[in-house]
Amino acid sequence: MEKTHTESMLLNVGPSHPAMHGIVRIVAELDGEKVIHSDVEIGYLHRAFEKSSELGGYLQVIPYTDRLNYVSPLINNVGYCLAVEKLIGLEITERAKYIRVIMSELSRVTDHLTCIGASAMELGAFTVFLYMIKAREFIYELIEQVTGARLTISYTRIGGVKGDLPKGFADQCRNAITETRKILKEVDSLLTCNRIFVDRMKEIGVISQEDALAYGITGPFLRSTGVDYDVRRASPYLIYDRLDFDIPVGEHGDNYDRYLCRMEEMEQSLRITEQALGQIPEGPVLLDTEGNVMPADQMADEGKIGRIEGLVGKSAAVDPTLEGAHKENYSTLEADNKRVVLPPKEDTYSNIEGLMNHFKMIMMGHGIRPPKGEVYFPVEGANGELGFYVVSDGTDRPYRVRVRPPCFVIMAALPLMINGGMMADIVPTFGSVNMIGGELDR
Amino acid sequence: MPNLHQTLKERWPQDVVEIHDFRGDETAVVKREALIPTARFLKQDPAFQMNILMDLTAVDGLGMKWQPRFEVVYHFYSLAQNHRLRIKVRVEENDAVVPSLTELWPVADWFEREVWDMFGIRFEGHPNLKRILMYEEFNGHPLRKDYPYNKRQPLIGPKN
Repeated sequence: MEKTHTESMLLNVGPSHPAMHGIVRIVAELDGEKVIHSDVEIGYLHRAFEKSSELGGYLQVIPYTDRLNYVSPLINNVGYCLAVEKLIGLEITERAKYIRVIMSELSRVTDHLTCIGASAMELGAFTVFLYMIKAREFIYELIEQVTGARLTISYTRIGGVKGDLPKGFADQCRNAITETRKILKEVDSLLTCNRIFVDRMKEIGVISQEDALAYGITGPFLRSTGVDYDVRRASPYLIYDRLDFDIPVGEHGDNYDRYLCRMEEMEQSLRITEQALGQIPEGPVLLDTEGNVMPADQMADEGKIGRIEGLVGKSAAVDPTLEGAHKENYSTLEADNKRVVLPPKEDTYSNIEGLMNHFKMIMMGHGIRPPKGEVYFPVEGANGELGFYVVSDGTDRPYRVRVRPPCFVIMAALPLMINGGMMADIVPTFGSVNMIGGELDR
Repeated sequence: MPNLHQTLKERWPQDVVEIHDFRGDETAVVKREALIPTARFLKQDPAFQMNILMDLTAVDGLGMKWQPRFEVVYHFYSLAQNHRLRIKVRVEENDAVVPSLTELWPVADWFEREVWDMFGIRFEGHPNLKRILMYEEFNGHPLRKDYPYNKRQPLIGPKN
C-alpha cells in the first residue's frame, strides 16, 4: 500500500484573534491537531514607554505607568513611585502607605477576576465572565470614587497619593468585598468541580518548577508550581509585614492549579484589604505637634496664609476636581518634603510661596531632582514581580526607566507549555498567562 | 556578614572592576571576559545561589559621557537566600558585544533580544538574535540617547 504523504501545517494564531487577549502572534506548526513547534511574536503594542519616560520629568512618567498593565494600573503607579522614592530616600506617611496597599490589593482582585473570567469565557463558560465582570464593577466603582477614573487613574504621587479616600469609603469597601465574595463563591461552585472545565484545564499547559525558575517566572504562575515566592513576603514593602495573609501554592504547574492559585489569591487580597481598612490611621495627624520644633519655612507659610485670609476674607478658589487633595489632608497623605511634593492647590493659588513652590516643581529643569544613582524596586504585580529600574543623572528628568514586565518572561516560556499539546489547548494556556499587551510590549 | 558585592570582589579580585552600594542595591561591575564564569559562579556557589535572572537591560551613557558608553545590567535574585545582586558589564560603542547568558538562563534569550533591539548591543552565542519589539526593517536602535524620539521611519509595505 502506498504511504500517504503528510506534511506539517503552519497556522498563525493572531495577531488579531478573538481568543487573544491582546495583539500577539503565535506561529504554530501543526501535525494534525498537535502543536509540534511554536514561535511567539510580540511587539504589536510597543509604544515606547521607556523612551517617552526620558523626555519629561519624574512626575510625568506616572500617567504612562497606568498604561502598562491596564487591568491593574494602581500597582504600576505604586511600583514606579516606590522606585523613585527609594532613589530620593524618601519615607512616605503611614496613611498613604495604607491607602496604597488597599488600592493595590483591590487592583489585584480586578486583575485576577478579569483573567479567570476571560479564560473561562474562552472555554464556553460565558456566565462566569458576566459574574466576574459584575464583581469587577463593584471594585471599579470604588476605584472610580477614590481616583476619579476607572482605568487611567494616575493616583499615586512621588511622596504620597493624589488625594484622600472619600467619606464612607470603608463601609462601601466592606460592602464591595462582601459582594465580591458572594460572586467568587458562585464562580467557585460553577467552575472548580465542573467536569468540562476541569478536563480542559487539568494537566494542560504544564511547566515544571525548574523551567519556571530558569525562565524567571514569578507570581501566580510560579506559585502554581509549588514555589511560595511572593515579593510581598520575601521583601516586604509598604506595610505588608504587618498584615496577615497566606500565599497559596499549587502543585502541578498546570492551568488548573493556576486557576486555583488565582482564586485563592483574590480571597487573600480581600483579607489584606479588610485588615488594612481596620488598621489605617484616621484623621489629620499633624506631623509636628507638641514638642517638635516647627520648621521655619512652614512657620512663615502658616503666618502668611493667615494674613492672606485676613486680607482677602475668602479662601482661594480651587479646582472642583480636587476631592481629597485639600490642604488639611496633605500632612497625612504626602511626605513632608517640598522638593518632591507639589504644594496644596490652596497655597498655589493664594500665596507666593505656594506659587513659587509649584513653579519650581513644574517648570522644565526645576522639578524633582533625585541624587545621581540607580535603584531597582520590585513590587508584587498581579502577574508576578513588577520591577522598576530607575537611573538618575541628577537632573529633573529620569535618565532611564526600565520596567521588568512580569508577563514578558511568561510569554518567553509559552512555547514550552503549548508544544506537544493540542491546538485547542493553546487557548486555555494562553488565557492562564494573563498576557497584558501594554505591559508586555511597553 | 560581608555584603554580596564585597564577597564577590574578594573571590574575583581581578575580574570585578568596581563595586558600590546605593540605597541598599549592591552592585558589582565585572569585566566582559569574566561575565560567564562569574555568572556561573553566582548561580552555583552555595553562598550566592542566584538561581533567577530577574532582569536584563542596558543603559546608554552618552548623556552622562560614560567611558565606555554602554552598561549591560543584570539583576539576579536568589530564591533560597532571598537576596539580590546587580551585575554590570561595560562595553564600548564600536565593540558592543557581550557574551550571552542563554546557556545558563534560558530567559536571557528574550531579554537579550530586547537589548539588541533597543540598544544595538550584540550577544555572542545567542541562538536567535533578532529584533523583538520592533520590526525587522526598523532603522536604528531607539533607546540609544542619540536616537531622536521624533524620528520618522521609512514606510514598509507588506512582505509579498
